[in-house]
Amino acid sequence: MTHRHIVARAAVIAALLLVRSTSADVLPDNRADVFWSKYSGGGMDITGYSATARAKVTENLALEANYFIDKVSGASIDVLSQASVIKDERKQKSGTIEYLRDKTTYTASYTSSVERDYISNTASISLSQDMFGDLTTVTLGFANTQNKVGENNGTANDPNVAWLGHALTRAYSGGVSQIITKNFIAGLNLQVITDAGYLANPYRSIRFLDATSAKGYSLGNQVYPETHTSTAVQLQGKYYLPYRAAVTALYRYYTDTWGVVGNTYEIDYTHPIRNRWIFEGRVRYYKQTAATFYSDLFPFAGSQNFTARDQNLAALDNTTVGAKVTYAFWPDGWRFFKRGTVTLDASRIRFNYLDFRNIKYFGLPQYPPGSEPLYQFNANVFQAFVSVYF
Amino acid sequence: MRSRQIVLSGTVLGALLLSSACSIQPWVKPYERDRLADPIMAWDRDAISAAYLDHIRESREGSRGATGGAGGGCGCN
Repeated sequence: MTHRHIVARAAVIAALLLVRSTSADVLPDNRADVFWSKYSGGGMDITGYSATARAKVTENLALEANYFIDKVSGASIDVLSQASVIKDERKQKSGTIEYLRDKTTYTASYTSSVERDYISNTASISLSQDMFGDLTTVTLGFANTQNKVGENNGTANDPNVAWLGHALTRAYSGGVSQIITKNFIAGLNLQVITDAGYLANPYRSIRFLDATSAKGYSLGNQVYPETHTSTAVQLQGKYYLPYRAAVTALYRYYTDTWGVVGNTYEIDYTHPIRNRWIFEGRVRYYKQTAATFYSDLFPFAGSQNFTARDQNLAALDNTTVGAKVTYAFWPDGWRFFKRGTVTLDASRIRFNYLDFRNIKYFGLPQYPPGSEPLYQFNANVFQAFVSVYF
Repeated sequence: MRSRQIVLSGTVLGALLLSSACSIQPWVKPYERDRLADPIMAWDRDAISAAYLDHIRESREGSRGATGGAGGGCGCN
């Protein structure tokens, strides 16, 4: 639907490849998942349904297929400014092939995502190598995404999509996972992502001071650079506590050519109870600076070459508190299944924008343009999935 | 002349590093990795769920990337 979604998708797919590339000695067990998700926040409701199956054809070759549907409804804060309501659906199909040879796993993946106003295709490859007595795993990955960007000028039920352009995204990934002690494992990931083409979100507008308007401001089109390069580095450690539980800490530093600098901190705690239950809690804090060409209110139309008022490019912070519980209904297997689990996951995210103002107060006489209260909202994210291993 | 010295030094250093890398002995033996092999020590037990949460975040933040677990790498399974 937006470029942000697409680049996020490319990054996620590349990340998924890294996650999937577990130890290169043996391919992971066969597994099938049925997945449901719900996001509610900022006026948006997104429900997702997914089915995934992976199976080893031989000891060295595994295939995986995934189908995902996102159903979006509601009206986000910026869409409200254009008086339209979103109702959209995204269908994503992906296929992955993994091949193991000695201590190296080769992975290739293809993902196709279709929305009414956005079409995206990603091809990914990665290589994962165990070395130094299997204490170290090095992973390299590359993903190439081609996007076709459109805008729905019709209504939710009677769409009229105008195609605005194309965007090309390339993601280069490298990662090292290192066993430090028999209780401690550490990981370092680096990912560089480049974009070229139509990168703006057509549904978001800038606003600028306009004395001829009764509200004191007018709306205009965003103008983005046609290139974007980002670099992210994540360092993480996982420690096995003296009793059977694990704690994870991670830090990520992000910087890009648009001037956004982000810092992420997260701590997770995982606590199993025998073979039946696994409880997990997490706290995450994220903070970023604004892009250099972002402003909530520009002094006049055309005041800069590049102009944006996309809330993702504003200075912001958010805090997530989440909990997850996994229950094994077949802890020791059943028939030919090795294990069966059901998992529930709930997160609450508090978003605070530091220079993005709430449109709810726009045009009110007590709030001259630029003095409206800042925007903030809470989001709830729920996931439920059933997994069987065979 | 100076550049030749740099190349020579680099070659020697590289050779030393390579030879030392080959001689690295695993200080955590395979039979000591039972805890690392516990599913609770996986970077992401549920990759689809982790990818979904990444997607939620990256659609609403300016940052993106480098969130993968870089392989389990415990060499235990």
